[in-house]
Amino acid sequence: MLRRERLRVAGSEQVGPYTLLRVERGGLEPGVPGQFFMLGAPGRLLPRPMSLCFAPRHELSFLIDPIGPGTRALCALERGDQLTVLGPLGNGFRLDVLRPVLVGGSIGIAPLPYLSEMLGHPRALLGFRSSWYAEAAALVPNADVVLDPVYVTELLPDDDSAVLACGPEQMLEAVRRIVPAAQLAWEAPMACGYGACYGCAVEIGGTWKRLCVEGPVLFGHGWGQTPAMAAPAMAAMDGRR
Amino acid sequence: MILNASGCLDALTAPEVAQTLDAFVTKTVTPLPRPGNEPVRIAETEVGMLNSIGLANPGLERFLTDVLPRLADLRLPLWVSVGGFSAGEYARSCAALDGREEIAALELNLSCPNVDEAPETAAEIVAACRAATSTPLFAKLSPATSDLAGTARAVEAAGADGISLVNTIRGLALDERTLAPKLGRAVGGLSGPALKPIALAAVFLCARATALPIVGMGGVSNGRDALELLAAGASAIALGTVLFSDPGAPGRIRTELTQELAKRGLSDLKDSIGIAHAEALNGRQNLNWSLRVAGTKYLDFAGKPRV
Repeated sequence: MLRRERLRVAGSEQVGPYTLLRVERGGLEPGVPGQFFMLGAPGRLLPRPMSLCFAPRHELSFLIDPIGPGTRALCALERGDQLTVLGPLGNGFRLDVLRPVLVGGSIGIAPLPYLSEMLGHPRALLGFRSSWYAEAAALVPNADVVLDPVYVTELLPDDDSAVLACGPEQMLEAVRRIVPAAQLAWEAPMACGYGACYGCAVEIGGTWKRLCVEGPVLFGHGWGQTPAMAAPAMAAMDGRR
Repeated sequence: MILNASGCLDALTAPEVAQTLDAFVTKTVTPLPRPGNEPVRIAETEVGMLNSIGLANPGLERFLTDVLPRLADLRLPLWVSVGGFSAGEYARSCAALDGREEIAALELNLSCPNVDEAPETAAEIVAACRAATSTPLFAKLSPATSDLAGTARAVEAAGADGISLVNTIRGLALDERTLAPKLGRAVGGLSGPALKPIALAAVFLCARATALPIVGMGGVSNGRDALELLAAGASAIALGTVLFSDPGAPGRIRTELTQELAKRGLSDLKDSIGIAHAEALNGRQNLNWSLRVAGTKYLDFAGKPRV
């Protein structure tokens, strides 16, 4: 069931070049790490998809990179301002994994703080283009950080760790080549977030799928995540909240 | 009557949204499966959005065996949008969909801006489909048609039962930094608030040109927008881009429309249909003869609304 509410901004913090937008939770559920919300950007026609960064009590927090008019409008929101929020949407990470390792690149670290909390703060490998961007690494516990031109994939352990990754497409493709069973959180431009616009179609395994309803988290070796799998993960999460 | 614009809602992934509509219009079905256009497929503009989906759909055969039965389970009046690349393709699809009692109407998508067009005219395609089916046929026309009123008259003569106005109109958006086209295919279809005045003009002109019922769409984001399309001559409204930002739009706009009607002392939605024409005639002294005649004819019709 889709849930959309008009929520109040609880606060906004700078984290390097990014903005951590804190929103009062209202009646919305935080969902599974890797799921996302459509945030109504003031003055813009279309909402913007953002994965949940933190889920403190009574709040939802989103890490936003101000790269265009919509994200800039979101980053300009101040305490007390209101915005519409739809979600949680899509399929998140499966949390029933052994020896998890989190991998993130640039703004792709956005879902990792919440994921780290749910998995008991496992080791994280983060890559950034500069030390300014890397200030966001402070949001993820137990993180090893590399800066451009070192690739985060150079830190991947050569064992049977369960890799859960989010980052730029090239990084995810590189992770997939090395760890085919990795869970990868992808992104694509989307207008709606709930399967209506067909804007976020991606080609995997020769077929086109809507990332918002089939993903955004997919197994590296193909399409294996189904909506039903989010249910036990949700139950596990509720037990820990 | 509030519908969705074709391609702007998937009733199978969001049935709770579809249930708030008076009828559900499917994404366009073509004879063969189509993967759709390469990404990037959508881009926001200052007062609208561009899409270049390219009629992605599973093809007619899978639609009939896999999609249609599940849509029928929703127990909603169902309009199937039909696409093709020749009059023969359209007609064969209409024949395959003929006689399915779960289908209330067929909407012929004669105006997708993101794929090649059939070589025949809209009227020729409608005539071929009319011969293939007894299901009500709505012709969805492009606002970029040079003689839209003439085309409306031609599809009426060819046997259409109604027209849907409007499809998107071609637009281009460039990346603010690189100045490269934002969409994978560069040019896409413009929708949203930017389309509203264009849709109003199209509905207004076609309402004078034909006696066919009109489904008005293009930039409707609130009850006032819906009322304006009704006033221009539409007898039903379809929602497109607004569904992307607000899945609750059908219920909200229905409520707002009722409030807008009440504000103007109108008790019934039907009383609003075509009133812009009366206003236009009353308010101006210098209308030319043909407009005056068309308006009079229209007013006669408007007194006895068809839908």
